Amino acid sequence: MKLRKNIATSEEGFIFNPTTGDSFSTNPIGADILTLLKEEKSFPAIIKAICVKYEVNEIQFEKDLDDFVSQLKDFSILDLEKDTPK
Amino acid sequence: MTKINNRKIVIAVTALNAIDSPGPGVAVIRAIRECQDFEVRIIGLSYESLEPGIYMHDLVDKTYQIPYPSSGTDSLFARLVHIHEIEHLDLIIPNFDAELFNFIKLKDKLNNIGIHTFLPELSQFEARDKVKLFDFGKRHGLLMPKDKIIHNIKDLAKAADEFEYPLVVKGKFYDAIITNTLEEAEKAYYKIQAKWGLPIIVQEFIQGTEINIAALGDGNGNAISIVPMRKLYITDKGKAWAGITLDDDTYIELARKFISATKWRGGCELEVMQKADGKSYVMEVNPRFPAWIYLTAAAGQNQPVALVKMALGQKVEPFKQYEIGKMFVRYAWDLITDINEFQKISGTGEL
Repeated sequence: MKLRKNIATSEEGFIFNPTTGDSFSTNPIGADILTLLKEEKSFPAIIKAICVKYEVNEIQFEKDLDDFVSQLKDFSILDLEKDTPK
Repeated sequence: MTKINNRKIVIAVTALNAIDSPGPGVAVIRAIRECQDFEVRIIGLSYESLEPGIYMHDLVDKTYQIPYPSSGTDSLFARLVHIHEIEHLDLIIPNFDAELFNFIKLKDKLNNIGIHTFLPELSQFEARDKVKLFDFGKRHGLLMPKDKIIHNIKDLAKAADEFEYPLVVKGKFYDAIITNTLEEAEKAYYKIQAKWGLPIIVQEFIQGTEINIAALGDGNGNAISIVPMRKLYITDKGKAWAGITLDDDTYIELARKFISATKWRGGCELEVMQKADGKSYVMEVNPRFPAWIYLTAAAGQNQPVALVKMALGQKVEPFKQYEIGKMFVRYAWDLITDINEFQKISGTGEL
């Protein structure tokens, strides 16, 4: 799973989709997830990295990550063609 | 830096009404003034005394009032000859839909006295008229919403049955009202008829994201510049108050197809609706630069300057890229002037 090629993100968690003109902002955890997605990290790797950095419950975070990713899909931010199984 | 010639180029520009439903004139002038390749003297051509551009002396060197389009071509030509005798105009860039017919008709006569223009042919101009848009799209392989042109209220119900609700009731020149029932459609019909006359266009409603494309054609089928923009903030008059340039080849190809098929000469704006299934419908083709044209200059494709160069006989290569994510946010500003200036333009028709 990775971000679509032309999606612009900032360290502050700002996302700009230049195909649609939509822009979004996320909290710091969201920004970290985006950075990891940009690096084409796998789902387990993202979960591990976030759980190390923040004090979060792994099971709870996995659910939140699912929600977050489905939002990214809805807003055409993820490259679905290159979607790989978790 | 290459000078086109040694003297200032004198360019006359219309549509100085930088109001809440703005004309493109001020934005066109702003873009032209940014060019380092030539020096310009800008002559404003106005219809009313309170068009803000008249009083923007850092942009407009001198303004002359011209007769309303309904006065016809003879009185317009006579006025332009008078202005030309004083100002030695090199080029006129008209920017109002309603005046374009007259300027296109006068194209050759203006050229004979040394005034250039860069306008579409009358046939191109008329082919993209709202009233003929659907047929135009069919001929050129462009998706357009289905429509019916009606001259009588009795035909409204029949048209409504054909398209289902919601449907759009539109005026020949301006205004569009989305309606959900026959009663609403009838109300919209009468409202638009009172303002813009007949015929009325009943159009299939297309739900989607509105995209606008500013394009410039060289008259030989080549697109010199294409810049798509999405409106981020829309006023109650449907005008963009903020917008952003987009990165989507679909729109570039759509505009290229339009310019290639029509051999469009000059600036134009395609109003496009992109449906959720990805299909792009051309809702309207405006035969002149849009009011947000300065964004093309800011994004690296200065369309007004390219038009000036082509109008004066220079070869302009098509632009290859523009800055994506370039935004504009329009603002309102209370320009302060003096009663003497208002009196001068109102009384003498010059300022």
